[in-house]
Amino acid sequence: MTSTTAPAPARAIPPDDAAAPPARRPRRKLTAYWLLLPGIAWLVVFFAVPMVYQGSTSLQTGSLEQGFKLTWHFATYWDALGEYKWHFVRSFSYAAIATVLCLAIGYPLAYTIAFKASKRWRNVILILVIAPFFTSFLIRTLAWKTILSDGGPVVGALNALHVLDLTSAVGLTSGDRVLATPLAVVCGLTYNFLPFMILPLYTSLERIDPRLHEAAGDLYARPFTTFRKVTFPISLPGVVAGTLLTFIPASGDYINAQLLGSPSEQMVGNGIQKQFLNVLDYPTAAALSFILMALILGMVTVYMRKAGTEELV
Amino acid sequence: MSRIFTWIRSHLVVLAGVLALAYLVLPNLVVLAFSFNKPQGKFNYEWSEFSTDAWTNPCGVADMCQSLSLSLQVAVLATIGATVLGTMVAFALARYRFRGRGATSAMIFLPMAMPEVVMAASLGTLFLNMRIPFGFVTILIAHIMFCLSFVVTAVKARVMSMDPRLEQAAQDLYATPVQTFLRVTLPLAAPGIAAGALLSFALSFDDFIITQFNSGPTTVTFPMFVWGASQRGIPVQVNVIGTAMFIAAVALTVGGQWLGNRRKAVA
Repeated sequence: MTSTTAPAPARAIPPDDAAAPPARRPRRKLTAYWLLLPGIAWLVVFFAVPMVYQGSTSLQTGSLEQGFKLTWHFATYWDALGEYKWHFVRSFSYAAIATVLCLAIGYPLAYTIAFKASKRWRNVILILVIAPFFTSFLIRTLAWKTILSDGGPVVGALNALHVLDLTSAVGLTSGDRVLATPLAVVCGLTYNFLPFMILPLYTSLERIDPRLHEAAGDLYARPFTTFRKVTFPISLPGVVAGTLLTFIPASGDYINAQLLGSPSEQMVGNGIQKQFLNVLDYPTAAALSFILMALILGMVTVYMRKAGTEELV
Repeated sequence: MSRIFTWIRSHLVVLAGVLALAYLVLPNLVVLAFSFNKPQGKFNYEWSEFSTDAWTNPCGVADMCQSLSLSLQVAVLATIGATVLGTMVAFALARYRFRGRGATSAMIFLPMAMPEVVMAASLGTLFLNMRIPFGFVTILIAHIMFCLSFVVTAVKARVMSMDPRLEQAAQDLYATPVQTFLRVTLPLAAPGIAAGALLSFALSFDDFIITQFNSGPTTVTFPMFVWGASQRGIPVQVNVIGTAMFIAAVALTVGGQWLGNRRKAVA
């Protein structure tokens, strides 16, 4: 166990000391590789290799009975894209709306935990935010069927406030129903991924020194100006992390669309699931997941570049 | 009246926060309430009658408790596997500079940044083509795979924040490397390892997407059971299990915090 003599960060070692134990350096590096080997091998074999394999599967043709052969059949991609283009559109627009809603709902809560709650309340609220991680999310998603049921109190209230007229006009709901409409799916997505927004927001807000707020107040900044010029910019890494952590899983999700939507709200995930588990058309399933992955990676790269935070990884 | 409005205006953020919290907790309350329902028909979506039947007979549904015990077995084994492998990787990343460090970090980050359905379908395709029969083993392999990165992240954060001088002090006091590791390094890293283990247990126990693609028709975990039930008819017992899990989770986190506070007080 040579790992115990921890090397201080390279900068901290004085120059004459750096060359002191030349004999031990290579051995230490070897220890690092031995520590890495099992974990990284696991990820290579069961994560990286399958991804590459998926690429080759997407270019195969054949059937389950006759077996699949690599024929470099790129047309699968075009066919899949043609058949599922609206699934992609729905996936990304639902995920985007859910992400914006998560930010709008999650920020005040994260702010409340970080600055307004007493120490005891802070722990209570944090537990209530984290506890859903440990309870079955399928059961909780099914509970939304009860909450949003036709003629239930929520739908009744939305109807009375004429909210449903408004959402129907933009196509989010149809008539006086919420279940089996895009609104229900977005509501489920927002609910399911909200903790993934709140936690990074909270960590970035918690680090802010409250004296910064006092200083802004002393300089005659109004509360909203303080928020816009001090708090929000400092919390940006949390915003970027939170939006990524909600958008990426939300755009691949198929559970909310299945449980709360109808066939006309299905997302790409539903398509992949159907092709893989029901139709058994593995090339199409592979092509769909490759397109989804490529689109997400592309969007994330552009977004990270625009947001300009590199301390994420 | 105007007083109320000023109060609301000055507490706007907190009010929004409380509403957000209500949004988060509401489904749990519904699950709790409907665990005391006596539904008419196969689905437990509409309230009909108060009853404690489901609580007195939680395993009264065919196959549900078997699926629960299968989920627990998978979660325990996946947690052990991911925690051991992940802790080793985290120590390597936090303590050593070596060639390929950047590539290793990317390899850890990617599974967390990938939509689950993509990982699920690709691993499933591999198993299919290697003619590995779907079942317990394939589920376990998949769960260790996606839990690993989370353990690495949790443990790495902890190890990075540890003071290396504590270990140097132990060595100055003539502790052998093994003693230093067992008595100083490991206890210091323990909260990070515990956090990683807890997270991977929760992730594995609740996972549906990856399990659905890699389980085969006969190995049914608890989330798979709930999924099937959502199409065939939902027994009230599902709500009992959901509520019990919520209570256990809250008790666990509260207990953990209380222990942590006591330790701090003692130290």
